[in-house]
Amino acid sequence: MINNLTILPIVFQFLAGIILLFCWGKIGIQKTLSILLSLISVGIAIWMFDTTWKQGIQISHAGNWDSPFGISFVSDVFGATMVLLASLSGLAVSMFASGSLRKERIQFGFFPILHYLLMGLMGAFLAGDIFNLYVWFEVVIISSFVLLTLGGKKKQLEGAMKYVSLNLLASSLFLVGIGFIYGLTGTLNFADVALKIAEIPNRGLVNATAGIFFVAFGIKSAIFPLYFWLPAAYHTPPAAVSAIFGGLMTKLGVYSIIRCFTLMFGGDEFLGPLFSVVAGLTILTGGMGALLQKSMNKTFGYLIICHIGFIMAGFGMFTELAIMGAVFYLIHDIVVKTNLFMISGLVLKMNGTENIHELGGMYRNHALLSLLLAIPLFSLVGFPPLSGFWSKIFLIQGGLESREFFLIGAIILGSFLTLWVVGKIWLEVFWKKAENLPKQADGKYFHQMSAANRWLMVFPIFFLASVSLFIGLGAEHIIEVSRKISSDLMDTGPYIQAVLGNQITQP
Amino acid sequence: MELLLVFLIGLMHAGGVYMLLRRSMFKMIIGLILLGNGANLLIFLLGRLVKGHPPVMADGMKVFTDIYADPLPQAVILTAIVIGFGLQSFAIILIKKVYKVLETDDLDELNSSEEEI
Repeated sequence: MINNLTILPIVFQFLAGIILLFCWGKIGIQKTLSILLSLISVGIAIWMFDTTWKQGIQISHAGNWDSPFGISFVSDVFGATMVLLASLSGLAVSMFASGSLRKERIQFGFFPILHYLLMGLMGAFLAGDIFNLYVWFEVVIISSFVLLTLGGKKKQLEGAMKYVSLNLLASSLFLVGIGFIYGLTGTLNFADVALKIAEIPNRGLVNATAGIFFVAFGIKSAIFPLYFWLPAAYHTPPAAVSAIFGGLMTKLGVYSIIRCFTLMFGGDEFLGPLFSVVAGLTILTGGMGALLQKSMNKTFGYLIICHIGFIMAGFGMFTELAIMGAVFYLIHDIVVKTNLFMISGLVLKMNGTENIHELGGMYRNHALLSLLLAIPLFSLVGFPPLSGFWSKIFLIQGGLESREFFLIGAIILGSFLTLWVVGKIWLEVFWKKAENLPKQADGKYFHQMSAANRWLMVFPIFFLASVSLFIGLGAEHIIEVSRKISSDLMDTGPYIQAVLGNQITQP
Repeated sequence: MELLLVFLIGLMHAGGVYMLLRRSMFKMIIGLILLGNGANLLIFLLGRLVKGHPPVMADGMKVFTDIYADPLPQAVILTAIVIGFGLQSFAIILIKKVYKVLETDDLDELNSSEEEI
């Protein structure tokens, strides 16, 4: 159904960025406006999700040029869910940043860039053709470059160097892939490519193109063996930036892999085993990397890699049940990972360090807060009623269905490694006695901050923890959504029909 | 013409990868620029080269009957060039800043944050 609602979230974030640019230097106004605009953006995302859920796929064509000739924005349930999650994370991060960031950083335009980053993410989730996806990717990475380097500390610059160079490499690979797609099919629209690529007799060429896309998106989503930039870069910026990166940036890569490999290169005999092997190794290397780290942020960085593997594993199995599990995991992971980096930011503000050997005594000093922080940490592991649990059940069931025992083993071992790491953090940070805390923190301590700022730091954690709780306790709603998404991904007919309309029947 | 472009694209990609594998930041950025331009040329080539047939229809026609040059790859490349230009200029400024702060051009010396904790 044609509906211009589809571009509303993107345009809204764009306007939000522009409005914030007009308040350059006025920190108080920027903070209030950013939180307010993020709140409205959540409302728009809910509206769009509701419309898409009830009325089916929504499409808008730029300049009324019908696809495949015009640029189309498509909001199916998957895209709308991702937009909703992005706007929820955006709201939480905008609040957390208002509370925790230093004045100098906000003065150099943190908030406008945050909204441009969200605009890019939403554009990518709603893009209906592959070149448009590329353009949104670039919007996202240029904003992330600025967010990552803002402040210009030594370790930030070192991390940014690796991040920037690998992302530029991935972009140019992505562009090569687009060139091949255009050469093979003469079109760039997802739905049109999906129809035409199936008819190409030379499968070797199609598989080579798929391989290029796999590497390009693989670098962005940090899968084995292309993840090395992630632990090097994600711990360097302030917690608010790490939170939005950890929650959404890698998920954008995963989203693109899912979109391209279900729609364009669906169900290929060459890709199934590749996904399985890569997914298994991603889980194991990420989990083991996390074991070795002493810094909380770095640990969470490795856990991101580990859990990207879980999502990929669902697509390696490629049954409807497994994909449902993977999509459920994706939904749960965005919320929890955003929350984790905010938690480590909060712990850093309270104690002046994030080295788990130096930390301690959190439970003794802040019992209630520790209980709050326990929710996301244990959701991550997947303790039964919490959100990580349900997705793993479906993943393992799907694995048994398709007899992928290597992946089942990897998932169980990965979960165990996650449990170990989270247990270690709980033991060291919350239960152990604090003996060797550093004397002077870098900046203000938490208890020296104003009450409003303290609330702004704790409330987003509470907010995302309650979203996590909802995903865990109200799992039947999320299961319904994931089931719809997975059936859409397995059977792409309705998507193609909706985008191309009645042009399919014409010669 | 096609064959010449094929070799040029191959050469640009090979050169780009070679430069990326060096340890100097400056050479790395040149490698990335070469790769980006190689990719742009690749799209140009894969959009089929047609000489002397502009995509303009004669009066009174509704559809193309003749061979015509496809304008889409050129639009795509134009966008990609602009985007690439923005990203590359950011990267150049970044390496200048990194060089000022760390006083080194060697990528292997960018690991101080790894040893810290």
